[in-house]
Amino acid sequence: MVGTPDTLAVEAFGLTKVYGSGNTEVQALRGVDLSLSRGEVIALLGPSGAGKSTLLTIIGLVNPPTSGRITMAGRPVVEDGRFTVDVRSFRRRHMGFVFQKANLIPFLTAVENVRIAMEINDQSPRASRRRAMELLYYLGVADRADHYPNMLSGGQQQRVAVARALANQPDLILADEPTAALDSIRGRQVMELFRKVAHERQAGVVVVTHDHRSLDVFDRTLEMEDGMILGKPVEAH
Amino acid sequence: MNLALKDIRHNFGRFALTAIGIGMLLMLVMGMGGIYRGLVDDATLLVNRIDADLWVVQKNTRGPFAEVSRIPANAEDRVRAVPGVACSNDFVSHTIQREQAGRALRMTVQGLSWPQDKGAWLPLIAGRGLEQAHFEMIADKSLGLPLGTRTVLGKDTYTVVGLTRNMASTAGDSMVFVTLADSQAIQYDQSGEAVRLEREARKARASDFDPGRTQPEILNRAAGPSSGIPALGPPPVSAVVVKVTPGADPAQVAAAIASWPDVSVYTAEAQRQLLVGGMVDKSRRQLGLFRGLLIIVSAIIMALILYTLTLDKIHDIAVLKLMGARNLVVINLILQQAVLLGAIGYGIAHVAGQWVFPVFPRRVLIVNEDLWLLAGIVLGISVLASLLGIWRAMKVQPNEVIA
Repeated sequence: MVGTPDTLAVEAFGLTKVYGSGNTEVQALRGVDLSLSRGEVIALLGPSGAGKSTLLTIIGLVNPPTSGRITMAGRPVVEDGRFTVDVRSFRRRHMGFVFQKANLIPFLTAVENVRIAMEINDQSPRASRRRAMELLYYLGVADRADHYPNMLSGGQQQRVAVARALANQPDLILADEPTAALDSIRGRQVMELFRKVAHERQAGVVVVTHDHRSLDVFDRTLEMEDGMILGKPVEAH
Repeated sequence: MNLALKDIRHNFGRFALTAIGIGMLLMLVMGMGGIYRGLVDDATLLVNRIDADLWVVQKNTRGPFAEVSRIPANAEDRVRAVPGVACSNDFVSHTIQREQAGRALRMTVQGLSWPQDKGAWLPLIAGRGLEQAHFEMIADKSLGLPLGTRTVLGKDTYTVVGLTRNMASTAGDSMVFVTLADSQAIQYDQSGEAVRLEREARKARASDFDPGRTQPEILNRAAGPSSGIPALGPPPVSAVVVKVTPGADPAQVAAAIASWPDVSVYTAEAQRQLLVGGMVDKSRRQLGLFRGLLIIVSAIIMALILYTLTLDKIHDIAVLKLMGARNLVVINLILQQAVLLGAIGYGIAHVAGQWVFPVFPRRVLIVNEDLWLLAGIVLGISVLASLLGIWRAMKVQPNEVIA
């Protein structure tokens, strides 16, 4: 899929990542190019150590690449392996994260977990509460809004995590094996949720997954191996 | 959204127990400060209450509190004759231990120059001052003798007619006040056998000399009560307290009296210095050092508690950082909890102390100045203690969530 800068969620060129040096040097990424449009959902597949999570942390501006360039929301965010923006500020305005574990903050209720994402982005408590309830309603967990994470099932926690990722209307959602802790039915529900969110909210979604049973949900599937993206799309099982 | 309060709300039991623990610790610090204050205050209590301008004591001694002082009882008359002296009173004070209803009663007996001094200056909480020359006493409440109690001291029975509060000697013993004559009677009380032996010894000594051998009346006097022997003066007193006339220079009056070869003179301030700098100095410094150590220990314990509380949340802090939270959000979370913990602990210490400290055998004196100082120290400790947690929180990387 090719897009214009306005329609692209993220675009990366020649990303490399090298850990260690000398005898202990490991090349985690070897010149990865990636472009993702708004509203598009892609799956990132590959064996352990292929570089999927490394790519995710680099696109998520958590770790800088060794070299390469990334453009996001129409502006360069990484040049020559260096961040060119305030990464924390950029993350909270333009990105949402979902993980294998929901990683909800245990001392906040479901609605507060969603609100906190907006309040650290300087939204008023009142507006953030209203929007948090809307999102929980949209994701079907509004009735659990005042429950703490330990009172929610794994699927409900993941839905709250997705709501939190959507809170600031991000351009890009990054998900690292979000269904690994769920059974197949709930796993598929979450994957379909990503598709729904991407299409309806016009966010680009990158999902790292090992779950081949839900690949039909994605617009594109990319396979990684030895730090590179392979050319052929992966078939759904 | 206040994350610190949300965390406390969710983990209220743990927070409450931690706050109680810190409160108990701070109560110890507060109590140690109170014991220190009480010790110093007790030491200077009498000097302050008596409010004399000058203390006349035995030559070259630091009496009557720091060491034993004995001066002739007639010194009071001599002092009164010095220009600039408004009034003077004998000062007699000694500590005794008796039994009352099977329990030990340790008390410092203070003589009042009755009838001029009936104890009007004492902080009476019940009863009245002395109205008779003998056999009445004013006792401190801490002694546990209610009004009307009759107790035997020496050969006489005394009735408690008044009660004071917080009147303790420099050693912390509860005080009782009787007339000067009674005080000396109690101090020099001897058993009948000891009196008889003393009289026989005097008689034997007198009979060794010609006047005793040739004049039977002298022998009779020597074998009689000591008060009947003109050669023997009345019992000595510990000191003479002096009030100078308004407008007179206490230093000049002191210099005049100090020129006598048998006495030394101290101002009230010098007497205070002798007490605080000498008598209770070691105890005072020991308590002060112990208090300092307690503060350091409290700071370390608070730092470890806050560090542990931060470690419990370190994953959540990494999540917040990944979501893009500013450092200030994380710092506020830790700092606010630290200050709240300190403030609540301080409150618990203050409230619990009001229940516990009165039970202590010696006075625990909590003054506002110390309370404010401790509040400042607790605030400082809270902020300093949170730095360790903040340092750890600042080190955590958002990619720890993904890992």
